[in-house]
Parts: sequence; structure tokens; C-alpha cells
Amino acid sequence: MSLRSPMGRVLGKGAAKDGTDHWWSQRISAVALIPLTLWFLFSLLALPDLHYETVRSWLALPINTLLAVILVAVLAFHSNLGTRVIVEDYVHARATKIAALLLLQFLYVLVAGAGILAILHIALGS
Amino acid sequence: MPARARPLSPHLQVYRWQMGSTLSILHRLTGLVLALGLLPLTFWLAALAGGARTYGIAADLFASALGQAGLLGWSFAFFFHLLNGVRHLMWDAGYGFEQGQRRLSGWLAAGGAAVLTLCVWALIWHGAHA
Repeated sequence: MSLRSPMGRVLGKGAAKDGTDHWWSQRISAVALIPLTLWFLFSLLALPDLHYETVRSWLALPINTLLAVILVAVLAFHSNLGTRVIVEDYVHARATKIAALLLLQFLYVLVAGAGILAILHIALGS
Repeated sequence: MPARARPLSPHLQVYRWQMGSTLSILHRLTGLVLALGLLPLTFWLAALAGGARTYGIAADLFASALGQAGLLGWSFAFFFHLLNGVRHLMWDAGYGFEQGQRRLSGWLAAGGAAVLTLCVWALIWHGAHA
């Protein structure tokens, strides 16, 4: 006999109230990051040099702009999911934990926003 | 809030170091290192958007001894987290749980990360002196 309520069993979300969302999001973003990060690394390595004009004109190509924006967004998303768990595991004082999680969340939006803005500025400007 | 000390699990140092726990800790550690690496990456992108002068400042920073050491550590963290992440995805799919398979994939992740890091830096060094 299960001690779980019929409602709880139907929803299947457990104590965290979000079921397997976090787990799945982490795996899907992980799979997406395999080609994205390798593309970024080896594209930069394949450039003849890393001078200002070279890198800028490479990033301004539409396909590179698109992939770079996706890379920054998924990188920040995956990283946010991971660091969030680290805080949840090691920070136990409630107020400190909430403050740390909020700060992390804001920082990630800020960093991802700045990165995407920079890429779009390069692609659309000049 | 707790009225009296409650029983705790044995402390970390009573456990023998094993490959499973070591690589697991390393996976989290490299993930954290990579998360911190988002800051220099964003800084580099913003500098590139800012113009030739700001890009030059960023390029000088990355070319400094500290910058190169950071990039070296970051590249190893990247390759290890990538390979060990694939190892985790294989487990998630239900493969590779046997003792021998776990050891082999563990060595492949750690050794592969070291080899790939060396290869990439050999490539960079070769490019810089070609």
C-alpha cells in the first residue's frame, strides 16, 4: 500500500513540486551544448588568427551569429541549473539560500543578456 | 533552531578515495569552473562589440600569464565536463553500469580530457609559431 495521496500519485511531481523538470532540462541542454561548444571552439581555432577584424567578421556571418546567440543562451541556462543545485546542496540557512539563489538567477540573466547583446551589436551594427 | 545536536553521517575523511566519487566531485568542480568562465567569455564578447581598442585590452589580458593559465585550466575543465557528461548521459540511457565499464569510461573521461587539452594547446602553439 502506498502512503501517497491519489492526487499526488496522479501529478507525480514529488516534494519539490516540479517533478523531473530540472533533470530533463539539464540533460537536454547538455546534449545541445555538445555540438554548440565544439563548434565554437573549433571555429575559433580554425580562424587564421584572432585579430579584431577576423573575429568580428566571422561572428557577423548570420549562421555564426545565430549559433553564438543560442550557445550563450543555452550555456547560461545549463550553468544556472547546475550552480543552483550546488547552492541548494551546501547553503542551508534559509535566508542565505534564497538570497544566493536570487542573486545567481539575476546574474545569469545579466550575463546572458550582455553576451547576446554584444553578439547582436556586432551582427547588426557597423 | 535545533534543540540538541542530532546524529550526523560519518565525516568525509573516513571514506576511501575511489574513482567514482573522485570523478563525481571533479564533475561538479569543473562545472563550477566553467560557470565562472562565463564571465571572461562575456567580457570577451563585450570587448569585441566595443571596438578595436577594447578588444585589444581583452586580448592582452587573455595573452598574459594569468590569462593563459586561466584558459589552460578552463580548457581542461571543458573537456573533462564534456566527456564525463557524455558518460553520465550513457548511464541515463541505461548503459555502462558494469564494474569494468565504469572503470574504463572513467579512465577514458579523465585521460581523454588530458589528451584533448594537450592537443588543443599544441594546435594553438603551432598556429602561433607557424
